[in-house]
Amino acid sequence: MKRRLLLAGFVAALAAKAPPLHAADLVVGPHAPYATIAQALTAARRGDRVVITAGLYREATLVVRTPHITIEGRDWPVLDGESLRTVLIIAADSVTVRGLVLEHTGVSNLDDRAGIRAEDVRGCIIEHNRLRDNLFGIYIQRSADCIVRDNEVEAHGASQTTSGNGIHMWYSPGTRVERNRVSGQRDGIYFEFSPGGVTTDNVSEHSQRYGLHFMFSDSCRYERNVFRDNTSGVAVMYSRGVVISHNRFERAWGSGAYGLLLKEILGAEIRGNTFSHNSIGLYLEGAVRMKVSDNDFVQNGWAAKVLANADENQFTGNRFSGNAFDVGTNSRTATSTFDGNWWDAYRGYDLNRDGIGDVPFHPVRLFALIVEKHPAALVLLRSPLVAVLDAAERVLPVLTPEALVDHHPQMRPRP
Amino acid sequence: MISANGLRKKFAALEVLDDVSLDVRPGAVTALVGPNGSGKTTFIKIVLGLTRADAGSFSVDGHLADAAGAYRRHIGYMPQAARFPENLKVKDVLALIRALRPDAPRDEELVSAFGLAAEMDKAVGTLSGGTRQKVNAAIAFLFRPSLLILDEPTAGLDPVASGILKEKIRQVRAEGRSVLITSHILAELEELADDVAFLCDGRLRFAGTVAALLERTGQTRLEPAIAALMRIEGARRSALVEPATTTGWPTPAPEAL
Amino acid sequence: MKIVLLVLEAGLRDLTRNRWIVAYGLCFLLLAEGLFWFGGTGPQVALSLLNIVLMIVPLVALVFGTIHMYASREFVELLLAQPVPRPQLFAGLFLGLALPLSGAFAVGAGIPFAWHAGAGTGGGALLALFTAGIALSVAFSAIATWIALSTEDRLKGVGLSLGVWLASTIVYDGLVLAAAAAFADYPLEKPLLGLMLANPVDLARMLVLTQLDVSALMGYTGALFERTFGTGLGTSIAVATLAAWCAVPLALAARRFQRRDF
Repeated sequence: MKRRLLLAGFVAALAAKAPPLHAADLVVGPHAPYATIAQALTAARRGDRVVITAGLYREATLVVRTPHITIEGRDWPVLDGESLRTVLIIAADSVTVRGLVLEHTGVSNLDDRAGIRAEDVRGCIIEHNRLRDNLFGIYIQRSADCIVRDNEVEAHGASQTTSGNGIHMWYSPGTRVERNRVSGQRDGIYFEFSPGGVTTDNVSEHSQRYGLHFMFSDSCRYERNVFRDNTSGVAVMYSRGVVISHNRFERAWGSGAYGLLLKEILGAEIRGNTFSHNSIGLYLEGAVRMKVSDNDFVQNGWAAKVLANADENQFTGNRFSGNAFDVGTNSRTATSTFDGNWWDAYRGYDLNRDGIGDVPFHPVRLFALIVEKHPAALVLLRSPLVAVLDAAERVLPVLTPEALVDHHPQMRPRP
Repeated sequence: MISANGLRKKFAALEVLDDVSLDVRPGAVTALVGPNGSGKTTFIKIVLGLTRADAGSFSVDGHLADAAGAYRRHIGYMPQAARFPENLKVKDVLALIRALRPDAPRDEELVSAFGLAAEMDKAVGTLSGGTRQKVNAAIAFLFRPSLLILDEPTAGLDPVASGILKEKIRQVRAEGRSVLITSHILAELEELADDVAFLCDGRLRFAGTVAALLERTGQTRLEPAIAALMRIEGARRSALVEPATTTGWPTPAPEAL
Repeated sequence: MKIVLLVLEAGLRDLTRNRWIVAYGLCFLLLAEGLFWFGGTGPQVALSLLNIVLMIVPLVALVFGTIHMYASREFVELLLAQPVPRPQLFAGLFLGLALPLSGAFAVGAGIPFAWHAGAGTGGGALLALFTAGIALSVAFSAIATWIALSTEDRLKGVGLSLGVWLASTIVYDGLVLAAAAAFADYPLEKPLLGLMLANPVDLARMLVLTQLDVSALMGYTGALFERTFGTGLGTSIAVATLAAWCAVPLALAARRFQRRDF
């Protein structure tokens, strides 16, 4: 798997850098040799660089058909779709686009208009662009090994239906999405049928649906991204071999909002992430054999919800603090295991001073079970009655599910 | 000073005061006596406005009782046992009471006579019962009221303080003010009382001067006279005789005073 | 008005030197500071404090209030024998109890928050927490006063106070929980939220929770909370109902004081 990723990266790098130094700069601007971008694109030969100077350009959808060229903005030229069309289409391999402002595609029900669309190409690089007020920001379809980095994608779509995704990958394996900032789109970053992608160091926020939404994309990696204030959080579905590490999932609030929703996922690694201020931090639905380790769950409604159909998941070395409920489940016979986590709600002792509590911890509290069964009982959250129930439960742990027990609760959070 | 007319009070089924009419005259000390539960305290509380009568009326120094309690300007009250908020200092208590009657004339004599100046900065909770009773007495006399109501005034006072208080009572009487006093110490009443009002089972069985009482009972001293009254009442009660008419004790009329 | 202030002043002088009141304030001070000391952020401390406030404030206001009112009996009689109208005396007496109780809580819990400059607690949350604590102090002081004025037997009065405490902090919520389970097939959220209005302890809890972001985290029901109690209108209704929970027992106590025989 890793080798394939490396190979993909190598090919991409090769595609971007291998061709000869650009033979010529084709400068576009009111007082430049080329008055329109379209003219320059038509004239450009393999290896050339089209330099667009500052200005406002309103042209029919631009299509790049020459491979191995670079389109570069100087002082942020603005390419305006006038609410009528896709702005730029990459239809040749190894094209680089950088330094452009692309805006106002307008909304259409017929086609997925985008600021930049890459179609059936290999090895494109889209970097340091600003995409504003587009239906879709960057749309990669049926393309391989593209790199999307350091772009700013921003929209203020009124609703999910009048808004598209920020960075959209469809049938595009091996895409690298790095250091982008996406805000206000429907889904910030979207992967479908795009295996082997690497998504790192992005910030995706204020999405109308998911900060990251991905489906049917095996063997992807997500690292050091920040997903915050997204209406529904992040959803990862129908994939296997996914690695999600050191991301922050923050402030996904409301009904049906999850810091991270894992649905029908097989064998993912969830490591070193922070889940904070989410209605549900981590939601496991039909997720099997997850390794959830070393994450911080801070001040979520439910830190983790493990549904009955989520089997054989292992939670180890995580830190749970300030959550209204640490673990919720709708099952009394869950097969997931918790071992060696730190729970701020743990009240046990450690006589032999080995750092491990001598009394097992039951992270599913009675009140959490009651609420699972009778959601309306949530009105009693933080009621003194619940404190009494908790106390009773410590004395009579028979009330809570036997299976969900941490036999080695940590006395201190692991650093 | 007190003119009570037909006072009645019932607590649940118990008739605590049954048509009590009593005048307390100025310039005299009236001893209000009777066995426990005879209605003495209830009578006092009605006059003070602490308790409301079911029927009847009264006035103090000619002033009818009013809802705002302004008539209480004319009364100084010394309850049987005073309890003040424990953490208040003596001076706080006196300051509060003084401030409640800012315009009244002052009589601080007892404050100095009892040597309360030395106690001013002590918290009330730390005082001995006797000292608290001194504060209590000083408060009652503080405003030169025309009527003093003293409930077991010397209980808890040492003989010296007791003597000072009695002297004060005499002084008040000499000034033409009136004093209504209850006490179980009959010898003390003998020293002070001019008039006697005797309550039993909520009815006024005797009201008149000490001389009249002695004459009626054929005794020479107040103590045996009152004892005789109680005996007669006790006998009447155990004989279940209809009261008042058969005892030979006339229902007191105002002119008897 | 002057008389109210005089009696209140005496009450304040007395209770600010009362060791129970001082201990009560210190208890909040140490708890809050301790929670900060153990690394709590402002909102966490506020949330932990909320549980304590919901349990302890009604308990202390009821039991201490009842005992205090019984202990003040002779003093009240002495004051009633002065030329003082009863309503003013009552106002002074009640404030003399409710202010020290609220003050002990507010100062005790307030100092750590002031010291740590809120430590990230939102202004709304702090306002809600302190409003809730003070409102509970006042409401349950009023109930305690009413009990002490209505029950001659002191032991019975204190027992009644404890009963009210148990009922409002535990039993009532137990019944709500039972109702939630018994009528699980019906859409219960709104009726249950209505039931929350009928108990000052629940009401205070709602008021604070909606300000502390907790309920927002709780999915559908939480969202409904938020919409019900978190909006301007909802908060106003909650505050108004809480005020009614202070005013009604107070009015009953005042009426009792006005009419009763001492």
